[in-house]
Amino acid sequence: MHQYSEATGQVNNGYDDELSAKFRFIVDMVEPRSFVLDIGCGDGTLLKTLQVEKQVRAQGIDLCEDAIQSCVSKGLFVYHGDLDEGLADFNDRSVDYVIATNTLQMLHKPAFIIREMARVGKKCIISVPNFAYWRVRWELLVKGRMPKTKYLPFEWYDTPNIHLTTIKDFREFCKKANISILKEVFLRTSPEGYCSVIKHLPNLFADQAIFMIEGHKGSK
Amino acid sequence: MEAERSVGIVETKYFTFAEPPNEMVLDSGKKLGPITLAYETYGELNEDKSNAILILHALTGDAHVAGYNSPDDRKPGWWDSMVGPGKAFDTTKYFVICSNIIGGCKGSTGPSSINPETGQPYALSFPIITVRDMVRAQKHLIDHLGIEKLLCVVGGSLGGIQVLQWVVTYPDVVRLAIPIATTAQLNSQAIAFDAVGRYAIMTDPNWNNGDYYSTGNVPAHGLATARMIGHITYMSDKSMHRKFGRERIGEPGSGFNIDFQVENYLNYRGDSFVKRFDANSYLYITKAMDYFDLAQDGGGSLQKALANVKARFLVVSFTSDWLFPPYQSKEIVSALRRNNKDVSYAEIKSDYGHDAFLLEVEALSRLISNFLQYAGYAEECADASVF
Repeated sequence: MHQYSEATGQVNNGYDDELSAKFRFIVDMVEPRSFVLDIGCGDGTLLKTLQVEKQVRAQGIDLCEDAIQSCVSKGLFVYHGDLDEGLADFNDRSVDYVIATNTLQMLHKPAFIIREMARVGKKCIISVPNFAYWRVRWELLVKGRMPKTKYLPFEWYDTPNIHLTTIKDFREFCKKANISILKEVFLRTSPEGYCSVIKHLPNLFADQAIFMIEGHKGSK
Repeated sequence: MEAERSVGIVETKYFTFAEPPNEMVLDSGKKLGPITLAYETYGELNEDKSNAILILHALTGDAHVAGYNSPDDRKPGWWDSMVGPGKAFDTTKYFVICSNIIGGCKGSTGPSSINPETGQPYALSFPIITVRDMVRAQKHLIDHLGIEKLLCVVGGSLGGIQVLQWVVTYPDVVRLAIPIATTAQLNSQAIAFDAVGRYAIMTDPNWNNGDYYSTGNVPAHGLATARMIGHITYMSDKSMHRKFGRERIGEPGSGFNIDFQVENYLNYRGDSFVKRFDANSYLYITKAMDYFDLAQDGGGSLQKALANVKARFLVVSFTSDWLFPPYQSKEIVSALRRNNKDVSYAEIKSDYGHDAFLLEVEALSRLISNFLQYAGYAEECADASVF
């Protein structure tokens, strides 16, 4: 199965060309035969893996026509449109997992979407780039420039990332919104594509964070 | 190369049912019979009869979807780009059926057919028909062909409307549904365009209260005008301007004669339509479209109307379609999702307007061939597992 070693805390990113190491951690979080909604699902790689390995009932939402074509070609059901309108059709706690990977920072109203995810999903899995990663801080502090890293490769004027967060800020948001964090995984990707689990000072040393969250009645 | 991908020469067949005294009871309560349906089939029905796809045509379409009826035919069927070996509806894999709707004039029973009781064309004595009546008649054909379950029902525009009626009226018969560029009810603007078309026909003196079959003078002017109006609604601002611009064919100062290329085109479209279509059919079919409101099957709620459907869906709209705009497809998708149905929705970027369902062949082919291949498979898996 995984080429993930507890000892080294590393997953070989080359294990599966289709699947990034980060996705591997998400696949592990999902119970078999559940109902999964991936918002901003892209070409459907994660959903397809979940469908094959965990036999989930998979649905995606994406804005991009190419993504829709890709998902349909993988036998996935997918909605072409905005995330908010895509989530509005779901009843409270009607989906086992609502997943958003590297999506929230691109949205105009991320807080609204997180609350919608928490309303619709029994559990939600969210991955975000960590803007407090030391390389990001370095770029700004020492170079005095808008940070560019592996996960934030864009120029300031054409970046889709308009709502970046940090691990600390995300935790604080959840607390305020009465959303529980059930699991956290912090990762750092090496230039060679290896993904390491970061246990100490994640807000400084992790470039990616995965949160499993759960909303409550009265989450706001 | 293209010849290899054509279904070749096909024969239109006819199926007659509802012979008196077993006429088909229509939504209006009136009885109609006997009823003949003109239909064509392509490909082979497999042994367990699980590969049948029913294509439903739009307002002025017919049973002739693909290939040629004779070697002399200048043009192939109306969706030839989509139906044939290796195409979206791959006739080496699927058994494809299309029939002319009742009320039509392309071989199925309609107002221009002879009423066996009188020996004269029905004309306006033809009963008002609904989309549900059209679908009911098609079900007779499917039964006649010995097919219990359709792999897929698919159609654009009025064809898509029929798809929606199919899955609601016969939920156990349809496995996959592909409504394209369609709506669960016509909005006021679409009804208005239909109404103007009907007005043009009915104010043509030759219409003669629908009784023109024996006079030798069809309401050509009215029908051509209706068609011209229709054509404008099928295109978009962009596609029309790209095709015709402000190009002129008339001499400077030609006054009120045909001058602009777009006038010329519409005129040509109108005239050629008159040769192939019956004015009364145009009245009956547009009326059926105007009356169509799927929510009525759910006591006024679209969500309730779709609550019992069992098919899996691929709903497709086109960005520039202003006759049945994408928001109307989204309403269908939303109602299906609220019912926890498996549905994919694609809004294809296109400048072709409503006509895009006939023209965006590449994007549609990719979507549909993949959907047919994988959604059918997903259904088998789902049936075998916990869902």
